[in-house]
Amino acid sequence: MAATRETVKAVDEAVGKYKYGFATDIKSEKAPKGLNEDTVRFISAKKNEPDWLLEWRLDAYRRWLTLDEPQWAKVNYPEIDFQDFYYYAAPISDEDRPKSLDEIDPKILETYEKLGIPLVEQMALAGVAVDAVFDSVSVVTTFKEKLKEAGVIFCSFSEAVQEYPELVRKYLGTVVPPTDNYYATLNSAVFSDGSFVFIPKGVRCPMELSTYFRINEEDTGQFERTLIIVEDGGYVSYLEGCTAPMRDENQLHAAVVELIVMDDAEIKYSTVQNWYPGDENGKGGIYNFVTKRGDCRGTNSKISWTQIETGSAVTWKYPSCILRGDNSVGEFYSVAISNNLQQVDSGTKMIHLGKNTTSRIISKGIAAGRSSSTYRGLVSVHKKAENARNFTQCDSLLIGDKCSAHTVPYIESKNPTAILEHEATTSKLSDDQLFYCMQRGLNAEEAVALLVNGFCRDVLQQLPMEFAVEAQKLVAISLEGSVG
Amino acid sequence: MLEIKDLHASVDGTEILKGITLSIGDGEVHAIMGPNGSGKSTLSNVLAGRDTYQITSGSITYKGSDLTELSIEERASAGIFLAFQYPIEIPGVTTMTFLKTAVNAQRKARGEKELDAVRFLKLVREKAKQLNVRDEMLKRPLNVGFSGGEKKRAEMLQMSLLEPSLAILDETDSGLDIDALKVVSEGVNALRAPTRSMIIITHYQRLLNYIVPDFVHVLANGRIVRSGGKELAAELEETGYADITESAA
Repeated sequence: MAATRETVKAVDEAVGKYKYGFATDIKSEKAPKGLNEDTVRFISAKKNEPDWLLEWRLDAYRRWLTLDEPQWAKVNYPEIDFQDFYYYAAPISDEDRPKSLDEIDPKILETYEKLGIPLVEQMALAGVAVDAVFDSVSVVTTFKEKLKEAGVIFCSFSEAVQEYPELVRKYLGTVVPPTDNYYATLNSAVFSDGSFVFIPKGVRCPMELSTYFRINEEDTGQFERTLIIVEDGGYVSYLEGCTAPMRDENQLHAAVVELIVMDDAEIKYSTVQNWYPGDENGKGGIYNFVTKRGDCRGTNSKISWTQIETGSAVTWKYPSCILRGDNSVGEFYSVAISNNLQQVDSGTKMIHLGKNTTSRIISKGIAAGRSSSTYRGLVSVHKKAENARNFTQCDSLLIGDKCSAHTVPYIESKNPTAILEHEATTSKLSDDQLFYCMQRGLNAEEAVALLVNGFCRDVLQQLPMEFAVEAQKLVAISLEGSVG
Repeated sequence: MLEIKDLHASVDGTEILKGITLSIGDGEVHAIMGPNGSGKSTLSNVLAGRDTYQITSGSITYKGSDLTELSIEERASAGIFLAFQYPIEIPGVTTMTFLKTAVNAQRKARGEKELDAVRFLKLVREKAKQLNVRDEMLKRPLNVGFSGGEKKRAEMLQMSLLEPSLAILDETDSGLDIDALKVVSEGVNALRAPTRSMIIITHYQRLLNYIVPDFVHVLANGRIVRSGGKELAAELEETGYADITESAA
């Protein structure tokens, strides 16, 4: 793995522990701090939204007021003061939305360059189209025209509301209803931007699509909403990446992602989540409360989630599949790395409704420092789901003796033809393995990177090639200082 | 190459090596024999720099400088190679990936240019062929599900790629049938060179029929109780360790 050598280079080059921790000094326009109906109206007005969407938001807001924060996850954090955030922040230049890359504030372009996401040539060479979301707005989407020729719609959510209101209205909230849970309801009220993808019948999206989310402003929450629809026989591979500056205060991120696939259609959805995790004493970091769900509506449809979770102070996230169509397939591949005082409670839900539905879960949790990593997953087979099949494998790797790993699988079956398998292991990174690697010339950090990348291999292999090497580096950087 | 003087070392406060003195010249092959618990594996671990072993007194000089100053990986890059008695499994990391990572880590540490994928592949193929290592084995995670013979062959392959100045073979013969033993011995013999010294640690004389040492030392109770030429090994085969260790005690 040349990646290991590169990894170490990357680690050396990283300034401090978190190399995405810089902030961009840019003028921005914000909604007044705090959350009330006026905030919701402010956001909706900023986006020039139709009345139905404003009402939809307000309904969600009113419902949110009646809800309590969920307490069942194995995470601890001080009570969140929801009045202490800005719910909308946009770079001021957004007033006249840039039409092309040339018109974007160079500081924003520079920010993405520094993040290793050059929006211009390199991504073109790699054949990846990018939507860049900066705080509450999408600043640019590349290759829109080229994709349009293929019939693919890839744009910011706000733009979709303007340009394709009928599609948005038809599908929004049909997978994750505004009433779904505390954070999804909050998101429904105040979501600001995100990506929208529509793949029409029979179209295989000709390039990788990706969205990069960046929280820049202080005390700002990011509430993005992503909606992807793939019609019969279509296919898309989509990747999202996330980073934020280092700040002493905790920041809130509550996203909702909805995926819909029709007959014979497929979505491959990958996430590289690297929000600021807080410092080694647990100060600062992002609270990451995310609801992601895909609906396999058609027969022979398929949704595959792959996630590499290395950032955030607290992660609460369960990308799920509703296997409604007969023969539909759901997959969940996850690597969750926690170091220092990070807390992760993540997993998936596979809801088998249709006949001959299959699901596969491969989860790799790596805990170092004083962190806590929990896999929480549900496999549910409903009455009519004849011949449902699930395979689950949850492996945990502990580095050091102050961290913890937990596996909480829920399995329900209402159909006797179901075949469900669950395997789980917990192991410690052994001194023997480290010694062996070091005797061959690797230093401690290279050895950990190699061993952990080996442990995660089954999952890393699922990533689109363009991002696999990045992910391997990220694995190494996240574990910096965990041994020796 | 290596000068060990009055070396004392302990594990968890228990002294295992109780004053070892040994001198190994360039290109020499030394066999260290002895019964279980005599300190053979401790000696190899101490030379490799494993930190669970504490040196309490004495010195180790390697190529003219103090070896104990160097970390595990620095010793590796300086040419010390330990072939493990029980090679460790590295799940998810193919043998090929592991080899490349190790070779380039050492090259980088020595300030040499790292090998690119093409040149490395060519090199591995060549070495693998010499040691009868099949391509298929290179694609499997290192040591995972390998037979005893395959594990030892993978160790030999690493040795031949890393080209050490001092190779320590820790009970390389354990767990090998006679055919595998021959293959491994041939591999070791092919690597004998005027600039490469070897320490062969073994319990049995059998291995020394195939790898003929220049010197044989008998380790008992943390000390070298007898040294001699290759004929000493044959003598031990006749008499066993009991006589020697008793006379030493």
